[in-house]
Amino acid sequence: MATVVLLTFTGLGLGALYFLIASGLSLIFGLMDVLNFAHGALLSVGAYGTWWAASGRLPGAGPGGAGFVLAAVFGTAVGTVAAVLLEVAVIRPLYTRPREQILATVGVGLAVPALLSAIWGADPRPLAGPKALSGTFGLLGAEVPLNRPVLIAAAVLVLAALKAFLGRTRHGLVVRAGVEDRAMVTALGIDVRKAFTLVFAIGGAAAALGGALGGLYFGSVDPGQGTSLLIFAFVVVVTGGMGSLTGAALASVAVGLVQQFANYYTTAGLGDVAVVVLLAALLLIRPRGLTGRLA
Amino acid sequence: MSPAPAPLLAVRDLRVVIGGRHILHGVDLEVAARGTTALLGRNGAGKTTTVRGVLGLVPRTGSVLLAGEETVRLATHALVRRGIGYAPEDRGVFAALTVAENLRLAERSEAGEPAYDLVHELFPELRRRARQAAGTLSGGQQQMLAIARTLLNGNRLIIADEPTKGLAPKVVTEVARALERAAEAVPVLLVEQNLAVVRRLARHCVVLADGRTAHQGPALDLLADAEAARRLLGVGRRDPARTGPPVPTAARPADPTTEADT
Repeated sequence: MATVVLLTFTGLGLGALYFLIASGLSLIFGLMDVLNFAHGALLSVGAYGTWWAASGRLPGAGPGGAGFVLAAVFGTAVGTVAAVLLEVAVIRPLYTRPREQILATVGVGLAVPALLSAIWGADPRPLAGPKALSGTFGLLGAEVPLNRPVLIAAAVLVLAALKAFLGRTRHGLVVRAGVEDRAMVTALGIDVRKAFTLVFAIGGAAAALGGALGGLYFGSVDPGQGTSLLIFAFVVVVTGGMGSLTGAALASVAVGLVQQFANYYTTAGLGDVAVVVLLAALLLIRPRGLTGRLA
Repeated sequence: MSPAPAPLLAVRDLRVVIGGRHILHGVDLEVAARGTTALLGRNGAGKTTTVRGVLGLVPRTGSVLLAGEETVRLATHALVRRGIGYAPEDRGVFAALTVAENLRLAERSEAGEPAYDLVHELFPELRRRARQAAGTLSGGQQQMLAIARTLLNGNRLIIADEPTKGLAPKVVTEVARALERAAEAVPVLLVEQNLAVVRRLARHCVVLADGRTAHQGPALDLLADAEAARRLLGVGRRDPARTGPPVPTAARPADPTTEADT
């Protein structure tokens, strides 16, 4: 039982990380038809921003308590700015050329980790985080690391915030409409490009927050973290249905859990394969993913 | 004939190339400052592409003057904000959004207070179904929603692309009545296959053939000329006005240049 509890929390924690990447990925794809292969790089930027600030370089920030919160806010802010720069400087000039656009995002996705390892080295940098989050709590005989529920709570809050944004604001209305029919949104007199930048900023913020919290989950940050998580985030986006937030949330949970349980109860590594098999099976039954729409 | 005021919309030599294919080879058309101008032509003549080209929804060259201002280099949203309401051929309603959300999305802040009174008077059904997802509406209701969006803002021009296509005769009448009412205040560019609706609404017409302007003139003159109507529109031999579902109680002005009787 203890193992099941631990695996469940670890799977959900991993699923939370996937969701933080996949939510932005899904919105960006749904609204803009852009496959953003640089999205993992945004997570890495957030992770390194948080690590940089938490290791005492940013006044007021530090590894413990409020200092770490400030560091995570800083990392998230840096990731958000990076996402906006990416949209304006790389994606926007290539809107009419989807192939070049994909290549450009792949390029950024490779260049950013290379840049990070050129500056701070390829080895993982330890990120301990606050003492309060580094411990464990007992549940049904299992000692569950505290960062798991923190990650899960962060993902649930991000989901709730995104749903409120989409459901209750005019910008959210524009995004939902744009996911259905971008041209018609412009034909109503709305500059949909502003929504593009906004969605990139939101997606970048969520991914960068994932980077900050992923540092806690893994205990360290390294240049390739974002890229390896991105692959599974793509699986989540396709499984959940392109452009669907609820779908991405459900798929994150499913992918995280399947991966953890399969890795533990079969050979390590088989969990990653199982996730891809799950995706293939689902797409055979439901070609548009779990949900075919934004909800 | 009264002297014609300057046209609201003047399109010159509009050309559209999509995927290497020349769709429009130089369309000229004018939308009069009053009443409805019908854009006619056989299937594939380039009517919808012309409308989309005017709006900048497809890449185009040429000249598009809206109230004397050159707009051909404007982005679609910027052109629409100058006062255009557009009801596209496929209706363009957002299926996952509610009726109320579809309307709210169409509100334009610079256009003043949205005219919900007019919309609800013409289409009381939309008020009753405000919280219903637009995708669950019938075709006719979706068309009402599409037209309602064009009426919400104080537009200078309404463009409606085949608004009666695929609708039951009763709904055709309702939609035609709404457009007739709209045309009292705002000029309308109407793409329409149903010649009974054209006869009822349009004062002027522009006919396209193979991506070019083939004819411009008073709508009733064309419809009265069986030979020209057959040649330009490819409609029945005897009475071109008989094609399409009938529109009951069509008011027929005696002289095409007089106001429609409304």
